[in-house]
Formats: sequence, C-alpha cells, structure tokens
Amino acid sequence: MASENPTASEYIQHHLQNLTFGQHPDGSWGIAHGAAEAAEMGFWAIHLDTMGFSIALGVLFLWLFRSAAKKAHAGVPTGIQNFVELMVEFVDGSVKETFHGKSKVIAPLALTIFVWVFLMNTMDLIPVDFLPALAGLMGIEYMKVVPTTDMNATLGMAFSVFALIIYYSIKVKGVGGFIGELTLQPFGKWMIPFNLLLEGVGLIAKPISLALRLFGNLYAGELIFILIAILPFWVQWALSVPWAIFHILVIVLQAFIFMMLTIVYLSMAHEEH
Amino acid sequence: MNLNLTLFGQAISFAIFVWFCMKYVWPPVIAALEERSKKIADGLEAANRASRDLELAQEQATQALKESKAQAAEIIEQANKRANQIIDEAKEQALTEGQRLRTAAQAEIEQDVMRAKEALRSQVSLLAVTGAEKILGAIVDEKAHSELVEKLAAEL
Repeated sequence: MASENPTASEYIQHHLQNLTFGQHPDGSWGIAHGAAEAAEMGFWAIHLDTMGFSIALGVLFLWLFRSAAKKAHAGVPTGIQNFVELMVEFVDGSVKETFHGKSKVIAPLALTIFVWVFLMNTMDLIPVDFLPALAGLMGIEYMKVVPTTDMNATLGMAFSVFALIIYYSIKVKGVGGFIGELTLQPFGKWMIPFNLLLEGVGLIAKPISLALRLFGNLYAGELIFILIAILPFWVQWALSVPWAIFHILVIVLQAFIFMMLTIVYLSMAHEEH
Repeated sequence: MNLNLTLFGQAISFAIFVWFCMKYVWPPVIAALEERSKKIADGLEAANRASRDLELAQEQATQALKESKAQAAEIIEQANKRANQIIDEAKEQALTEGQRLRTAAQAEIEQDVMRAKEALRSQVSLLAVTGAEKILGAIVDEKAHSELVEKLAAEL
C-alpha cells in the first residue's frame, strides 16, 4: 500500500498502477515507486505483473490443452479431453463458418486468442484486493492482476493480428494487389490520395479497435470492482456479486469477439476484391 | 497508462503461444476428432449394413422354411401314396396266394378222394366176397345178421 490509510483516489490509483520495471532517470534499473516514476521510465520499461500473469495463464492454457492433446484418441472422450475437444470444435466451427480459405494458422490462432484472453479476463473475477494484498505482504508494492486491463497486452495481441493481416494480404494478393486494394478503391485511380486515406484509416482501425474494445471493457469492469471495493465491507457483496455475475458474460463475450474479429479480419485479408 | 516494452513482450509471448498451439495442441485434437467422426460414420454404416443383412437373412430363412414345408408335404404325400400302393400290392398278392393255396388244397383233396375211392373200390370186392362167404357159411339169424352187417359196416 502506498500509505497506511489511503484516500479513495489514492486507493484507486494504486490499483491501476502496474508493477513497472525499467531504468530510473538517474540511470539505475529498478521497480518504479508510483505512477510518476513509472511514467519517467518512458518506453523502455516493462510491466512485470502483466507479463507474469499473462505468461503464466498462457502456459496454463497450453499445458492443459497439450496434456489433453497428447492423450487424445478417437474412443469415448472423458474429463479434460471432453472440455478441450468442445473448445476446439467450437473454435473450429467458428473459423470454418467465417473463413473459407485454407490456412493452418488461423484456427490455432483463434483458439489461442479465445482461451488466453478468456483466462486473462477471468482474473477479473478474483476479488480486487486479494492478490495485490498477498503481493503486498511479500513486499511487492504494485500489482494489477488482469493483464487485459493493461493496454500493452491488448495492443500487443492486436498488432500481432495486424501483422498477420498484412502478411496474408500480401501473400494472397501480392504487394501490387495489396497496394492496389489500398489505393484504387472505392473511387478509382483518379482519387488515389483520398482512397489511400479512407482505406488506410480502415486498415489501421482494425487493430486499434480490436485492442481498445477489449481493454476498455475490462478496464471499466475492473474499475467498477475497485469502486465497489471502496464501499464499507458489509454492502460490497450486494453490488460486487451482481456485477461479477454480469461480468462473466463480458469476459466470455470479449474473448469471443476478439477471436471472431481476428478471424473476420484474416478472412478479409484472404479475399480478393 | 504507459505504453512500453510490455507491448513487445506480449506480442512475442502471444506469437510463441500461437506457435505452440499450432504445432502441439491443434493437430492431435483435430486428428482425434476427425478419426472419431470417421469411426462413428463407419459404425453407422456397419449398423445399416447389418440390419439390411438381417432383413435379407430373415427373408431367406422364411423362404427356406416355406420350401422345406412344401417339400415335407410332398414327401408325406408321396409316402402315403407309396404306402397305399404297397398295401394294394400286398392285398393283391395275398389274394392270388390265397387263390393258389386254395386251388392246391382243392387239388390235393380231390386227389385224396380219388385215392380213397380207388382203395375202397379195391376193397369192396374183397368185402363182398368175404361177406358172402360169411352169409353163406353161418346160420342166418337176425341177431347174427345185424351183427354181421354192423361188422361189415365197421370194416368199411
């Protein structure tokens, strides 16, 4: 905790501060104490909590699915295999519905996005003070447990998807085809600058909207949990329980939307106009 | 809200996760799913085939049963016919045999009668001579006569 008896705004700010590791202005490396120090570190810093939780959850996801995949057989499925097959079939169905090309990457990509984002979002359901308080006991000053409330995480994924969009656009249509798509429509070759502006905005909007949608939803949800946590402890349940139940929907929905939009964008990248 | 290296860290870990998923998670699960759906399809087809086979076999069995029934009836009829025939034959044979036996017996009887007649004929003269002798030789008395006649008759 930043101080013994934090005010409401201090409490909120404390909860919204990542555990940032970077170079202090004086040249030494270390963990930022407070938002101002973290901001001074600039771009060359890293959020240890975001990285740690997201990687741990990603490893959890892969370990779980890998252990089921190793034992996968065509007989009657049981236990974890059932669940994994359900997820795989669900994602496979969504991909096949939307994406009609042939690609080995898109379906596993969609599965990874769905499950990983879902797990990261689910961290939101853990009471907001629980893990930070534990970390505080161990001497870790700041901790944000929901990686998807860190814009770096959502933007990181969105830019990866963006890179794939560009890669597939060029792979399928060629450099000329891709540039043509950006410049020669919707108004023909006499309006190239205008077309480029329109299509460029459309293209850039894809990753940005993808990242901001997920970030915004989860950040808002987290913020409301934090606000509820400010209330006296004996009324918290009356608000936090309904919000958490509603949030279950948001968590799954946002993971699903991120996955679906990725599939849609990539299938658009595969389509010739 | 600072953008920093976490962005790249996330992108890199995302890429690694996707790669791992693509390489080690997706193919085995999908392979198992496809194999299972193939198995199920095969099973359904086999079940269809089996029920068709069963139907066919039942039909065949009914057919065979009907045929054998008809055959059995035919055999029984033939057997009855044959039995009747045998009985008729036996009757006829018995009749002819009886006829033959009777004829033979009759012939034998006739022969015997003839023989007896012959023997009688040969003895009658002797008797007559003996009788006459006795009649002539003895005193004629009624009692003696009747005795004599009775004796004669007994000698016949």
